[in-house]
Amino acid sequence: MRLPHAARALRAALLFSAAALAPASAFAWPEWMRLPEQASTYAPEIDNMFHLIMWITGVIFVIVELLLVFFLWKYRHREGRVATYTHGNNRLEVIWTILPALICVMLALLSRRIWEQIKEKMPHDAVEVHVTGEQFAWNFRYPGPDGKFETADDILTLNQLHFPVGKPVIVTLTSKDVIHSFFLPEFRVKQDAVPGMKTRIWFQGNRVGQWEIACAELCGLGHFRMKGFVTVDTPADYEKWLADQAAQQAADAPKAAEAPAPPAAAPVAAPGKTEAEKGGSS
Amino acid sequence: MSTVAVPREAPHHAGVHAAPTSFIRKYVFSLDHKVIGKQYLFYALFMLVIGGLLATLVRYQLAWPGRPLPFMGKIAPDGMPGGVMLPEYYNSLFTMHATIMIFFAIMPILIGAFGNFVVPIQIGARDMAFPKLNMMSFWVAVPAAVVIIWSFFVTGGAAAGGWTSYAPLSAIQPRGQTLWLISLLILGLSSLLTAVNFLTTIINMRAPGMTFFRMPLTTWALFITALLLLLALPVLSAALIMLLFDRTLGTTFFLPAGLIVSGQPWTNAGGGQVLLWQHLFWFFGHPEVYIMILPAMGITSEILPVFARKPIFGYRAMAYSMCGIAGLGFIVWGHHMFQSGMNPILGTTFMISTMVIAVPSAIKTFNWLGTLWGGDIHFATPMLHALTFVAMFVIGGLSGVFMASTPVDIFIHDTYFIVGHIHYVLFGGSLFGAFAGLYFWYPKMFGRLMNERWGRIHWFLTFVTFNLVFFPMHFLGMRGMPRRIYDYTQYKHLHGLQGMNQMMTISLFVLGASQLILVLNFFLSMRRGAVAGPNPWHANTLEWQTASPPPHENFTGRIPTVYRGPYEYSVPGHGADFLPQNEPGGPAPARAHA
Repeated sequence: MRLPHAARALRAALLFSAAALAPASAFAWPEWMRLPEQASTYAPEIDNMFHLIMWITGVIFVIVELLLVFFLWKYRHREGRVATYTHGNNRLEVIWTILPALICVMLALLSRRIWEQIKEKMPHDAVEVHVTGEQFAWNFRYPGPDGKFETADDILTLNQLHFPVGKPVIVTLTSKDVIHSFFLPEFRVKQDAVPGMKTRIWFQGNRVGQWEIACAELCGLGHFRMKGFVTVDTPADYEKWLADQAAQQAADAPKAAEAPAPPAAAPVAAPGKTEAEKGGSS
Repeated sequence: MSTVAVPREAPHHAGVHAAPTSFIRKYVFSLDHKVIGKQYLFYALFMLVIGGLLATLVRYQLAWPGRPLPFMGKIAPDGMPGGVMLPEYYNSLFTMHATIMIFFAIMPILIGAFGNFVVPIQIGARDMAFPKLNMMSFWVAVPAAVVIIWSFFVTGGAAAGGWTSYAPLSAIQPRGQTLWLISLLILGLSSLLTAVNFLTTIINMRAPGMTFFRMPLTTWALFITALLLLLALPVLSAALIMLLFDRTLGTTFFLPAGLIVSGQPWTNAGGGQVLLWQHLFWFFGHPEVYIMILPAMGITSEILPVFARKPIFGYRAMAYSMCGIAGLGFIVWGHHMFQSGMNPILGTTFMISTMVIAVPSAIKTFNWLGTLWGGDIHFATPMLHALTFVAMFVIGGLSGVFMASTPVDIFIHDTYFIVGHIHYVLFGGSLFGAFAGLYFWYPKMFGRLMNERWGRIHWFLTFVTFNLVFFPMHFLGMRGMPRRIYDYTQYKHLHGLQGMNQMMTISLFVLGASQLILVLNFFLSMRRGAVAGPNPWHANTLEWQTASPPPHENFTGRIPTVYRGPYEYSVPGHGADFLPQNEPGGPAPARAHA
C-alpha cells in the first residue's frame, strides 16, 4: 500500500519511538511485565506494535482516569455548590469523535502492513514442514531426500520440530480430530490447526536454541499437556539431524511393516524416538 | 416522531390486568412486570453465586495445581476424586463458569431484572405490552437453569468445550454438551420473547409526551439491546440446533471428512465445515458482548446525572453512539477468528471495523466525563459503582485495541490477556453497572434504602480486590500463558508465574467473601432499611414520580404526561435542583438537547 509522504514519516517516527522506548523500559521493568524473548525475525515488529499500542492506550488511560479523579475531587458536593446547567457541546463531540477515529485508523494501517508480511505473503526458498495436530500431540512431516511430501522417504517426528537458523520455514497445518492451535510464544507464532483445512504460515528463526510449542486452542482433557519442542539448529546440525532421523526411520521400517498400522496413525508409531531426541537436542 | 404531546391513553389499557389476589398469581405466576423483574433478580443473583463458586475452584487449581481439596472429593467424586481436580473437570468448571455468568447471571440481571422492572415505569406504561409473554419468558428461563445445573451430574460431567463450544470438539464431547445445547436453546427462546416484548412496549406504550428523545438512557439502552437480541439470537439458535443434530441425528454440518479420534475414524463425518460454527457463533457472540454492556452503559448514564445534579452531557450523542455500536456490532465478529484459518485479507477488514467500533465507546466515555465536569457530585453507593463502571470500562475498552490489531493478536490471542480484557468489560463493566443499578433501584423495588455504610464497604472491597484479581491477567497474557490451561507449570516459559497466580486467587477469595456483605445488606435492608419514600435520590425520571414500591399498574390515577427530557437537573431559576419529567410548567421550556 502506498501512503502519502507525511503518513509514511509519521509511521516511521511512531515505530521508531516505540522501538526506542521498549528496550529502555525493558531494563526498568521486572520480567513478568515484559514480553518473552524474541526468537523469530518478525517478533520485534509485532512487539513494536504491541508497545506502540501500549504507549498510546497508556497515555489515554492516564489522561482519562486523572480527569475523572480530578473532576470528582473538584466538583464534589459542598454546601451551596450549584451544578453547571449545560446539555453538551457539539464542538467537543466532533473533536472526541474524530480524534479516536484517527488514532484507530492509524493503528489499523500500521497493523495491516505487518499482518500482510506475516500472514499473506509466503517467502521463497523455505524449509517446508507439514504439521498435523491430534489429541494430544504434534506430528511433523519433512519431505525427505526427494523433496516431496507423502512419499516413502518422508521423515516423521513426534513433538519435535527442527529447522535451521536464518532460513524461513513454511508450516502447513492441519488436524486429525479437533481444532488445535500451533503456538510458539518466543516466535510470536500462533495459527489454528483445523481438521479438513490446510493453513500455511511462515516464520524464520533468528537464533539457535530450544523452546516449547504449546497448544493454544482448547482441544480436550489433555489440552494442557499438548506440548512440543522446537529446536533451531545451525545449518550443519540441521542436516545432521535430518540424516539421523532418516537413518533411524530406515532401521525402524522393517518392524513397522510387520505390524501394519493405518496410515494416519503412522506418525504416532515412534514413541521410542522421542526419548532419543530429547537427549540429542538438549 | 412527533414532539407534540399527543395523549394516547388507549394503548395503555392493552397491558392492563386486574390486581391478582392469590399468592400463586401474585408472586409465582405473576403477570406484573415488577414481580417478574424481581423474580429475574433473584434468579440472576443465585446463578451469580454459582458462577462465582465455579470461578473460585478454577482459580484454586491455577494457584496450587493438583493440591487436593478434600471436601470437594465428597461433593464431586467423579471430577475431583480425593479432592484432586481432574483436567476434564477443570475444563467443565471454566466452561460452566462462563456459560452461567454470561447467559444466566449478567443477561438476566441487566435485561430481565432491571429491564423488566424499570422500563415500563420509566416510559409511563402500566405494564409490558404482553404480560403473559413476559411471564412465559421467565418461566422458560427456569428450566434452562435447571438443565444447565443438572448437566453437572450426568455421565461424563458438564460441558467442557469452553463457552464458545468450538466444533468439532463440542461434537465429540460427552453427554453434558447435549444438555448445554438444550439449555441454551431454551434460554434463547426466553430471551427472544423478552426482546419482542421490550421492543413492542417501548415503541407503542410511551406516556403522552414521552418522545424517543425524551426517553431515559436506560430505556434507550434496553431498546437497542432488545433489537440486538432479536437479530443475533436466531443465528445462535440455528447453530445450536445444527450442532445438536450433528451430535444426535448423524448430520455433519461441522464435521469434515477424514476425522480420526483416538486412532479410530469418526463414523459420523464428511462434508462439514469446521469454521462455519465459529462464524455463526461469533455472528451472535459479538453483538452478545454489547447486549451485556449496553444496559450497564444505560444505567451509568442514568445514575451519573442524578448524583452529579447535572444534565447528561450530549444526550443525543449518547443515544446515537448506542445505535452506532449496535450497527457496527454486526460486522466485527471476525476479530475473534484472526488466527482461525480464516483468510487473512478478511482479517484486515474485520480489524478496520473493529477499530471503528472503539469510537462510539470513546464518545460515551468522554460524555460521562463531561457530565461530571462542573457537577455537584454526591458519592452515594449507586454513584460509586457507576463511577467504577466508567473507570474500569476504560481499561476494558483500551485493552481491546491490542487484540483488534491483527499482528498483536497473533501473540495475545487465546492467552490470559483476553481473559483480562473480557473481565474488565464484563465484571468491571457489566457487573459494576448491575451493582450500581441494584443500589439505585433497590428503594424503588423494595420501598427501603440499602445500608449506605455497608454499601460503601462492599464497594471498596470489591473495587480493590477486583483489580488485584484481573489486572495481573494482562501480565500473564504478555508472558504467553494460554487460557483454559489446567496446569501451566508444564511449560518452561510459564515458570515463575505461580506467585502471581496465588496472589490473584487469594484476592478472589476476599472478593467472593466481600459479596456476603452485599447479600446481607440486600436481605436485611428489606426489613430494616430506612423507608425510601417515592423519590429518595431526587431524580427526574417517571419511576421516581410514583410510590416505592409502585402500586399495581404503576401509577395511581392517570398516566403522567411528559413535558421535558429526563435529565433536567440544576435548572437555573428553578427552586429545587431537579425538575421531574412530568412536572408541568417549570422555568426552562422543554427543548432539544445538544
